[in-house]
Amino acid sequence: MTMEIFAFFVFAFIAIVASVIVIGQGNPMYSVMSLIGSFGALAGLYVLLDAPFTAVTQIIIYAGAIMVLFLFVVMLLNVPREEPLPPSPIVKILGPTGVKLGALLSALFAAEIVWALSRIGTGSFAEGQAESLSSVRNIGRALFTEHAFAFEATSVLILVAMVGAVVLARKEH
Amino acid sequence: MHGPGRLARIEDAGWGALMLEWLLSWVTPLNVHLVLIVIIFNMLVLSAAFMVWMERKVCAYIQDRVGPNRVGVEGVLQPFADVIKLLMKEELRPKAADALLFVIAPVISATAAFAAFSVVPFGTELSLFGLLDQPIPLQVTDVNVAVLVIFAITSMGVYGIVLAGWSSNSKYSLLGGIRSSAQMISYELSYGLALAAVVMLAGSLSLREIVLNQSGTWFGFIPRWYVFLQPLGFLIYMTAGVAETNRAPFDFPEAEQELVAGYHTEYSSMSFALFFLAEYVNMVTVSAVAVSLYLGGWLGPILPDWLAWIWFLVKVFLLLFFYVWMRWTLPRYRYDQLMEFGWKWLLPVATLNLIATAALVLWME
Repeated sequence: MTMEIFAFFVFAFIAIVASVIVIGQGNPMYSVMSLIGSFGALAGLYVLLDAPFTAVTQIIIYAGAIMVLFLFVVMLLNVPREEPLPPSPIVKILGPTGVKLGALLSALFAAEIVWALSRIGTGSFAEGQAESLSSVRNIGRALFTEHAFAFEATSVLILVAMVGAVVLARKEH
Repeated sequence: MHGPGRLARIEDAGWGALMLEWLLSWVTPLNVHLVLIVIIFNMLVLSAAFMVWMERKVCAYIQDRVGPNRVGVEGVLQPFADVIKLLMKEELRPKAADALLFVIAPVISATAAFAAFSVVPFGTELSLFGLLDQPIPLQVTDVNVAVLVIFAITSMGVYGIVLAGWSSNSKYSLLGGIRSSAQMISYELSYGLALAAVVMLAGSLSLREIVLNQSGTWFGFIPRWYVFLQPLGFLIYMTAGVAETNRAPFDFPEAEQELVAGYHTEYSSMSFALFFLAEYVNMVTVSAVAVSLYLGGWLGPILPDWLAWIWFLVKVFLLLFFYVWMRWTLPRYRYDQLMEFGWKWLLPVATLNLIATAALVLWME
């Protein structure tokens, strides 16, 4: 087993376990922290795919910026534990059938993933795509030429969100 | 170099020669790298200890006192005495604290502080006087997105402070934690914009390449350092750097009159020492990055290549001295002044600096 495959299994294991912890336990603070751990492991996987830029942006944007926001919200609301929700009307109506429906859906979903994964060829991606994606220069060029419209549209979207936030936060005198 | 021919060449090799050969076989790039990592780690810890001593000495002289002078010559061993004292203290934890996060928070702080230094180059490539086939660079790793790595790791340092503030379950800690994280997030923007301007000039994200781009002189005597092309950027970087490291005049977590000791109020013993260490290592890292980005890194006259790291140390020391000097000269800002300064002055100026630099780079092409 080469070093890279070993590292892949370590990162993949951390990512999956951390994601399970995010939804599996009741303390929202721990959920936020494990989500950050999961993002870190994903960044490690990107490095293994020879895309260091993607890895670093993953950490800066998701782990560094967005999760701080999450943490602030959780912290200031100071929810010590998530209370289990009272049974919703849907559960009351469907009863145990709802559970069966959920089980069926998740089985379908699992089958879908297995089917999709079985159709992917191996080895072709790393050589073809990663080469062009790894360089910051190439990413910049692609963003401002090929994907210029998407890039500008996203900028406008973020600007609108920013203006909206300022309007909401501002007190009327 | 370590091929089988080596032993055959030394005919009738005695035990001494065999021992030497065996020792030399250990000098591989990987081992040298590992040794380098250990050296850098210990240098950082020692530099933090040295900073504590320097801070107390300089502060004492500024206030017309003598400062620590009992432990060792002129008190140089004082930080070690302090560390031993801290280790002996009882590790206290508030009853209502969140046990896991309370323990993890100082570890996150210290880890982030140390990790950021891993991409900083502090010397030319080293071949150990020809012992190595391929010279290895004097830095832990030369990644091609180094500037972004530093930015990413600094942004992870916020978690240590936020978690410490929250998990202590005390009002002073929570307020201190929120304050300093809000401050760090606000100044990170200007910090990033100042970095971006240098990256534009250098056309590279690798710190080693950025340093090498600054070699040579203008008119034969002015070194081609980016500080002369980016005077405003340098000021923005240093201001944001001081705010990022929570140092005076932006030392709100330690605003003792209002917050006791901020996010680390409830910490004692070694976990307090970790926060302390993280703060000083962060200062060293911010200064070292400033030296690499604006002051030509290890480049300097007179010294031969293999001693160039001395220039690096001298420059970092001068910036660190400036840090201490500033702390004991300027009074603390008020919190709203700090936020106003960050968002209404520093950020617009940093944006203008970035646009002006972009125009300059385009015009030069």
